[in-house]
Amino acid sequence: MNPSFQLLPPEASTTAAHLDHLTVYLLIVATFFTVLIFALIFYFAIKYRRRSEYERPVEVHGGMTLEIVWSVVPFLLMMVMFVWGASVFFEMSRPPDDAMNVYVVAKQWMWKTQHLEGHREINELHVPLGRPIRLTMTSEDVIHSFYMPAFRVKFDVLPGRYTTAWFNPTKPGQYHLFCAEYCGTLHSGMIGWIYVMEPSDYETWLAGGTGGESLAASGEKLFQYLACANCHRTDKPGRCPNLEGLFGQPVLLTTNQTVKADEAYIRESILDPGAKIVAGYQNIMPSFQGLVTEEELLQLIEYIKSLGKHPQTVAAPGAIPPGLQTRGTAGGNLLNPPPASPGSQQQQK
Amino acid sequence: MITAIAPPRENYLTHEYGIKSWLLTQDHKRIALLYLGAISFFFFLGGIFATIIRLELLTPPGDLVSSQTYNKLFSLHGIIMIFLFMIPSIPATLGNFLVPMMIGCKDLAFPKINLLSWYIFMAGGALILYAMLRGGVDTGWTFYVPFSTSYANTYVILTAVGIFIAGFSSILTGLNFIVTIHRMRAPGLTWFRLPLFIWSMYATSVIQVLGTPVIAVTLLLVAVERGFHIGIFDPALGGDPVLFQHLFWFYSHPAVYIMVLPGMGVISELVSVYSRKRVFGYKFVAFSSVAIAVLGFLVWGHHMFVSSQSVYASLIFSFLSFMVAVPSAIKVFNWTATLYKGSISYDTPMLYAFGFIGLFTIGGLTGTFLATLGFDVHVTDTYFVVAHFHYIMVGGTMMAYLGGLHYWWPKITGRMYHEGWAKLSALVVFLGFNLTFFPQFIMGYLGMPRRYHAYPPEFQVYHVLSTAGASVLAVGYLIPAIYFIWAMRYGQPAPDNPWGATGLEWQTSSPPPPENFEITPVVTQEAYDYSILEEMTVG
Repeated sequence: MNPSFQLLPPEASTTAAHLDHLTVYLLIVATFFTVLIFALIFYFAIKYRRRSEYERPVEVHGGMTLEIVWSVVPFLLMMVMFVWGASVFFEMSRPPDDAMNVYVVAKQWMWKTQHLEGHREINELHVPLGRPIRLTMTSEDVIHSFYMPAFRVKFDVLPGRYTTAWFNPTKPGQYHLFCAEYCGTLHSGMIGWIYVMEPSDYETWLAGGTGGESLAASGEKLFQYLACANCHRTDKPGRCPNLEGLFGQPVLLTTNQTVKADEAYIRESILDPGAKIVAGYQNIMPSFQGLVTEEELLQLIEYIKSLGKHPQTVAAPGAIPPGLQTRGTAGGNLLNPPPASPGSQQQQK
Repeated sequence: MITAIAPPRENYLTHEYGIKSWLLTQDHKRIALLYLGAISFFFFLGGIFATIIRLELLTPPGDLVSSQTYNKLFSLHGIIMIFLFMIPSIPATLGNFLVPMMIGCKDLAFPKINLLSWYIFMAGGALILYAMLRGGVDTGWTFYVPFSTSYANTYVILTAVGIFIAGFSSILTGLNFIVTIHRMRAPGLTWFRLPLFIWSMYATSVIQVLGTPVIAVTLLLVAVERGFHIGIFDPALGGDPVLFQHLFWFYSHPAVYIMVLPGMGVISELVSVYSRKRVFGYKFVAFSSVAIAVLGFLVWGHHMFVSSQSVYASLIFSFLSFMVAVPSAIKVFNWTATLYKGSISYDTPMLYAFGFIGLFTIGGLTGTFLATLGFDVHVTDTYFVVAHFHYIMVGGTMMAYLGGLHYWWPKITGRMYHEGWAKLSALVVFLGFNLTFFPQFIMGYLGMPRRYHAYPPEFQVYHVLSTAGASVLAVGYLIPAIYFIWAMRYGQPAPDNPWGATGLEWQTSSPPPPENFEITPVVTQEAYDYSILEEMTVG
């Protein structure tokens, strides 16, 4: 009927291999109990079939031991499922630190992917073999779900927030990308391909594409265009926090709470600046809701991230330039409100 | 079969005639039949949608209906089958008929409320049908936001209000059963002498009363956000879409137990009577119903492992989901053990009971797969889930419903159905069911997402098997529809106790008199005491 008949999906990521081992265990347990129950039913139904209308079976009374055995044994087998499944799940939900970042923006009914180098793809994603890929995803409209069966990876993509997923491809090839959360009329058309390439081929692809400038460079242009730099100054104290080295650091708010400056925080600060005010600053920033698209937000975030990678901030300990000592890497100093003149060397927004 | 026909006694079907005597009746038995008529209609309507879906999926491209139509078809299939068939199925028909009869009383505690609940159900159903005729709804039965509140271009509010209204019927029926079971048991009928069907109806009623208000409020909020743009769930309006999923599944997971617990109750009755033995581990089976009802409220988050809910919340929901599997396993083992050294007959209801135990075992075990965190990530929202819940609902509840309908048919109508045809159809249903849904497990693990109108060609072989199975299954459902209708008029008159059962409902005539029992029965034994069988009529 179909030349490409398969019984199992391709196993093309490190996670896929781990999950398939778990699946074998699940199948063994399930097969054992299914065969046991079916066999007992058939055996009893035949052996104890009614031979006469006047047959009176003797009562067999239940025993506590039996009830405990058939409660506890399945329970223990299920606890193995629980622990094993949880460990695979934790692996799935924790991308390695050295993972390569790719951004995904979903909309009815297409996938837009962006590489840090600037390459943009529609319903396709090219990735190098053997390198963990971390996806940071958001949606422009309804809930979608990024599903790659060959890697056993799926995660919902929501409007108004970032979700992440990751995979480490182990086999070159072309693999399905599906939207797994029903999203409207052309839900089944919201599909694409993931291309896993040998690293050298991937480099060639990157070089040959229409990539143009990196995401961070696009973000920098946007930062200038939207006049963000007028207030978020890096050269001298501004009316708004200096963004250099901000990303990933804790930030003290006017409410005395501390939040981590991650993608979600920066996104919220651009769209709803009044939600979390950095200690020592006024709520003077206008909202950019409706003025920047989800893709532009990602470019801005990538630009702000790149500010953290400024040569000054990654200087080795002991080689910290004078005047920058307070910046530190742990950011403990950030828990103090800025002095009277805000923005000196503080990392608040 | 008996040869001598008892002289006709006045029964609940004959003591009054005319359409008015039905539409204004307060007799729980007549109301049960009103429900039976209504839900049978909804079942065949939902079945027609399923048929078109399966025909569309025969080929990879979406070529039979448009995408929009396909989305409406699976939405209406789900909404009608769940809210208008599965949830009322056993409780409102068999439960309505049997709860007073099994506990030896004249009627439910609130006969007028019972009739009211049928009218409310019909009003909700009519609204859903009206929405369907206007153009339907394309949100799926899950109404996920912000699609349903801000993007869908169909009759969402009308449908949601229909479900909202029908929910009150479910609440009132549950309330009626709880009060009846507490207050109206015959003298001597202590809690541990109750048939297990009553225990399961009691547990079901508790879920109906506690859970249904939550879905009602949730759907109302969907209507409010959609109608008035008040931000509750849509992030663009300042809402939280994951909140909706928590609220929705807080009801809709326990709703699975509303659908399957009554089926388990029926199976306990069938396994006992057709092996002429007391149900093995009676108290364990009884309490496992209560345990399922309680734990069932604590596992909703297992629908949300990839929704962006906290991984630690997922960990706890996964653990609790395994806990709820234990009482289900206890039931399966006890039913199987009941057969041991029994006197087993192969009457049609017992064939359905065998089918239920086997299919529920597969459905339950694949449920533990889905509770396993890492595994769920891969298969959630694929055909694996579709196969799993059809094994529980169609392989489980539907088998139990058909088994129960055959078992109590002589009591309800006073007529026997044709045993040969009934056995044949039980076999056809079992084979057709497995051919339809087993390939969907494999297809799901391969990665076939659910709710897809078109799909890549490598999945076709499984879709073809599934559609072939669905055709067989359709035949399996049509045969009983024909012989049941035929039997109502031409079937052999049924004796009072054709199966030699011990339950109180078999101690009165078939069909029962309007007041159920001429003399209020007094109970002196445990349920399922077959040592007293000699004194009873054996058909």
